[in-house]
Amino acid sequence: MTQSVVVQVGQCGNQVGCRFWDLALREHAHVNKKGLYDEALSSFFRNVDSRKSAGGACGVGGRIQHLKARAVLVDMEEGVVKEILQGPLREVFDSAQLLTDVSGSGNNWAVGHMTYGSAYREQIVDKLRKAAEHCDCLQCFFLIHSMGGGTGSGLGTSVLSLLEEEFPDVCRIVTSIYPSAEDDVITSPYNSILAMRELTEHADCVLPVENQSLVDIVNKIKIMSHSAKPGSVIKRDSTVISGQGGLSGPEKPFDAMNNIVANLLLNITSSARFEGSLNMDLNEIAMNLVPFPRLHYLVPSLTPLYTLADVSVPTRRLDQMFSDAFSKDHQLIRADPKHSLYLACALMVRGNVQVSDLRRNIERLRPSLPFVSWNQEGWKTSLCSVPPVGHSHSLLALANNTCVKPTFMELRERFTKLYRKKAHLHHYLHVEGMEQSFFSEAIDSLSSLIEEYHQLDATKARLIPDAPRLSIAT
Amino acid sequence: MSVVTVQLGQCGNQVAHELLDVVWSDAQKKPSRAASCERFFHHNTHGELVARAVLIDMEPKVINQSLSRAAKCGRWRYGEDSHFSQKQGSGNNWANGYCVHGPRHRDVVEELVRREVERCDRLAGLLAMMSVAGGTGSGVGAYVTQCLRDIYPTSFILNHLTWPYRTGEVIVQNYNSVLTLAHLYQLSDAILVHENDTAHRICSQLLNIKHISFSDVNKVIAHQLGSVLQPALTADSHGVYSRNPLGIDWQVRPPAGSGRSTSLTGSSFNTSLANLLILRGKDVYSAETGGFEDPALYTSWLSSKEAFSLWKSPVSFNKYEKSATLVSNSQALLSPLDDMVGKAWNMFASRAYIHQYMKYGISEEDFLDSFTSLEQVISSYRQLC
Repeated sequence: MTQSVVVQVGQCGNQVGCRFWDLALREHAHVNKKGLYDEALSSFFRNVDSRKSAGGACGVGGRIQHLKARAVLVDMEEGVVKEILQGPLREVFDSAQLLTDVSGSGNNWAVGHMTYGSAYREQIVDKLRKAAEHCDCLQCFFLIHSMGGGTGSGLGTSVLSLLEEEFPDVCRIVTSIYPSAEDDVITSPYNSILAMRELTEHADCVLPVENQSLVDIVNKIKIMSHSAKPGSVIKRDSTVISGQGGLSGPEKPFDAMNNIVANLLLNITSSARFEGSLNMDLNEIAMNLVPFPRLHYLVPSLTPLYTLADVSVPTRRLDQMFSDAFSKDHQLIRADPKHSLYLACALMVRGNVQVSDLRRNIERLRPSLPFVSWNQEGWKTSLCSVPPVGHSHSLLALANNTCVKPTFMELRERFTKLYRKKAHLHHYLHVEGMEQSFFSEAIDSLSSLIEEYHQLDATKARLIPDAPRLSIAT
Repeated sequence: MSVVTVQLGQCGNQVAHELLDVVWSDAQKKPSRAASCERFFHHNTHGELVARAVLIDMEPKVINQSLSRAAKCGRWRYGEDSHFSQKQGSGNNWANGYCVHGPRHRDVVEELVRREVERCDRLAGLLAMMSVAGGTGSGVGAYVTQCLRDIYPTSFILNHLTWPYRTGEVIVQNYNSVLTLAHLYQLSDAILVHENDTAHRICSQLLNIKHISFSDVNKVIAHQLGSVLQPALTADSHGVYSRNPLGIDWQVRPPAGSGRSTSLTGSSFNTSLANLLILRGKDVYSAETGGFEDPALYTSWLSSKEAFSLWKSPVSFNKYEKSATLVSNSQALLSPLDDMVGKAWNMFASRAYIHQYMKYGISEEDFLDSFTSLEQVISSYRQLC
């Protein structure tokens, strides 16, 4: 069994991370009735007995003593991390796992990346090494951060490079929260584009999440719970929108949205943690979904978002779950995959779902989904028998689709609007180590990425003949 | 004569488990019980029935499940130390399995197999069970088959392969399949193939199962495989159970198809190189099998006498009063094979995913070699008439 380490950077990264740890604990508590520290738990948690010597690490199989998250928390302001340490999750983190400063990054990528990146490099490497050493077999780093600010965006991507340098064999899966157009941070386009270049070059996979999509989803759930049909009840404590049943108290403003992202991470790792008839490890995600090294942006789509009280779901409802996964309402970024081109698609199913259900739905949905010519049947599937808390089954779809192109183009436009006027540029150029070339190189990197997607899109209209086969002399 | 089963990867381990279950339950209350038990099992010092099997996987979940399920069933079990697993799988990457995991764990695996082989009075051969779509079964499986061929050059090696659903389980399944088949070609004595699609259809159309699980599919595969490997009388064994189930006299190397029947539609049959018909149960001795010797079924350069073999056993198989199994070396697999190679080639033409394989040491040349090798097989089969 492998372990993963979560690295949460910046305010957003830490808040999402916090929801993740809360839900993870609840999920394991739900499944692990005997209180034993099993393989599934060890993928994200250490078991520490403070009475034992040498740090007190306990191996798999014994009783749970003290669970410590395999995480590194980084923030250049103290507020968020302090709150975590005062909240119900305080026992889960060791002070050695935290790195904070006081002044913040001022929403400036350069400050996060250059200034703090170099100042704290040693300490960050140290904490990462310690976390890695606690792992028997470290398979993956999950980096959680936002793109629009300064710390998550700048320092976060600095950490990403560090991870590549120090742990080249460990997979890097990055969850990036992209700002909406109406973001109140004026310089968020600059920060995002500067960060994007780092993601394109140093991440194995990126799961882009747009704030606007999360807002839309949360609103939809609220509408559904208010206009619930008679006889149907939204399970209030479903992991989707509330932390009820978890350790946290009353909800804070972004909690509902952060919960959705936390669920994404839980579902991605479920097949690696729990058993099933068709397992999918984390290293299989990159292998199957990334046909070309730079095109590693995967559109996540989660269902169900709510659950009805009727738990024994007849087949039609199950099929509905598959249809939903391909509807725009369930995507975590606003994009239109059905009118773009699929390069590859993964379906990660949890719960009481059999291979025949999977096949039936793939056959049903396949005709309406445009796949690239050389990957007409490009599906990666996994079946995990353990469903998430409060649901009988769930589905996470990860699509490598050219529909991210418009999203990136829009980001580029926002960037260009500011850059043309050189607005706020001096804040960045004043930072030691920062030069104008960073901007031009970053925008070039994005443009060439967009161009790569564009090339693939162009093949959609044309009828691509099969490549001529090797001919054998007879 | 005994068979040592080498179970590789998730599929190999899951299917092999079902096979051992089928063999065990079929053997109960039968006069041939000792023969078939001895073939796949041995008794340990506690009198328990222990499988002659080696379980290999690069991650532990499946093996752990298998071991505990066998131990709990109380009928047979796996050996205490007959398994080897690592912590991190092969990531669906053939190159990772073949170039990294295989060599790294070569010694351990060889030792495990050696122990089982030495435990056999007479070794009929080695049965390697794996899938071709993933990373471990396919990549490590190909590497292990190579090692076994080196260590046991005169032993019979039968590879049982499970081919994936055509519409995706693993996106790079066609690459993994092509690489595996091309390598096994040079090493294996016979390749017995089951396709998930076919087994699935049997579940839905013949068995009427509504919600088909992988367990159902695996049971179908195990049933068919078991019906081939259980003891039977060959034409020349004169009333003594043929002790060597793997002594099929294949005239050429290529992949053998297995199935209840070939696709006999209209007047055009798939041309066969060799057919083996196994009849079990009631009335075997009075069965009329002349139709299988029709020269029209066979290639012109073989007589039907040479190409057709018939095995019989009056002992019924697995509660079926009468059953017939046909193992066929024919053009039946030509279409799926061609499909698989075609898709892999299309993907290769755009170089998609190649960087993932090159990371571990496979070059474009290696890919081209594999494609060439399989195109030759396809061409040879296509020309049969």
